[in-house]
Amino acid sequence: MLKAVFALLARDLRLARRRAGESLLVVAFFVLALTLFPLGVGASPDILARIGTGVIWVLALLAVLLGLERLFQPDLEDGSLEQLLLSVAPLELLVAVRCLAHWLGTGLLLALSSPLLAILAHLPSEALWALPLSLLLGTPTLTLVGAIGAALLAGSGRGAMLAALLVLPLEIPVLIFGLAAAEALIAGTDARAALLFLGAFFLGALALAPFAVAAALRLALE
Amino acid sequence: MHAYANPLRLARLLDAVYPWALAGVLALAPIGLWMALVASPPDYQQGEAVRIMYVHVPAAWMALFTYLVVAGGSAAALVWRHPMAEIVARAAAPIGAVFTALALVTGSIWGKPMWGTWWVWDARLTSVLILFFLYLGYIALHEAFDDPDRGARAAAILAVVGVVNLPIIKFSVDWWNTLHQPASVFRFDGPTIHPSMLWPLLTMAVVFKLYFVCVLVLRVRLLLAERRLRAAEGG
Repeated sequence: MLKAVFALLARDLRLARRRAGESLLVVAFFVLALTLFPLGVGASPDILARIGTGVIWVLALLAVLLGLERLFQPDLEDGSLEQLLLSVAPLELLVAVRCLAHWLGTGLLLALSSPLLAILAHLPSEALWALPLSLLLGTPTLTLVGAIGAALLAGSGRGAMLAALLVLPLEIPVLIFGLAAAEALIAGTDARAALLFLGAFFLGALALAPFAVAAALRLALE
Repeated sequence: MHAYANPLRLARLLDAVYPWALAGVLALAPIGLWMALVASPPDYQQGEAVRIMYVHVPAAWMALFTYLVVAGGSAAALVWRHPMAEIVARAAAPIGAVFTALALVTGSIWGKPMWGTWWVWDARLTSVLILFFLYLGYIALHEAFDDPDRGARAAAILAVVGVVNLPIIKFSVDWWNTLHQPASVFRFDGPTIHPSMLWPLLTMAVVFKLYFVCVLVLRVRLLLAERRLRAAEGG
């Protein structure tokens, strides 16, 4: 069973490496979308510094959302999703592995590139580690919860709009606590509670979301 | 419960309930409205505008209650493959969405004279708005598939996920609100509500619930008829 898990992980990572351009697109979107804000609200550093943390977190949420389509749709089209269903390992476990591989190509990259955005948004120097930290803890939950929406829509032929409608309400708690953690870390106040909640959301999503995703995938393959 | 997996038996139950619910609405609605709009006193602070409460609060209660009906029906549909629970959940969802919209709109109309603005990002308003989007997502997911049974099962999964998330969302929004808005515009933790206002409110709540039952019966009948039509067409 573990062999199947590692085989899937190795395959997903190899695919991600060969299609590195797609992961870079996520980062490109992240930076490009931030560029729109100085153009939209004015380039004055104090405005950008005030809204910067929130804007970067919202953009990370949207970037994760945009990447969700790649989570199951290609596998559904080429038939490898059915092979996962037939595997000896439970589908729930394979779903968690798939989410991990997907997160390495999206959430992790977003977290790692967030200091660049912090500089562009004139955020104080604490943001250079506070933003990546909060994103590291928050984006896995975004991916896991988003996977539910991606699995529900797999094979429906419906695009990102409906996925956004399904997933965004469910992602709101992560956004609230992720932002609270980042802002507390930047301001130097006590961020423990918000960080603990982010961790709790992650563990809760890790425990529950794979079951919903697996149920939705079984439905998609009926 | 499993007896009502038979559409005919469910239809018979609905036929038995419907006249009573309808009679209840027709009898209680004039009384409730008269109590709320005429007999109850105006508020010492809010004046006549307080009468919006008698529509707003029952609508908000029903918005939450209906989501529980949708989620309960969906859970039964997933666990026991109960076909009628699925239909009840599906029938209830648009009613709940309308109740939620009604709560938001009346709240907005109430807010304008009270707070001087149509909308504040208050915790409660924000979470009701999110609830509205949960309803829309559920309804949209139903429509997203060519095969109606697949749409129904996918939407059922979403409804169950939503009901697990609902308390977390509510809690997060409360936390966010205390973080960002220490002195909210509306905090009237005044004395508990006076009986002269409580009775009209409770009457209106009963009217809303019976009205919900009436519309639910009509919508379930509609969906059952659609199902039979599909079966007759061989689809």
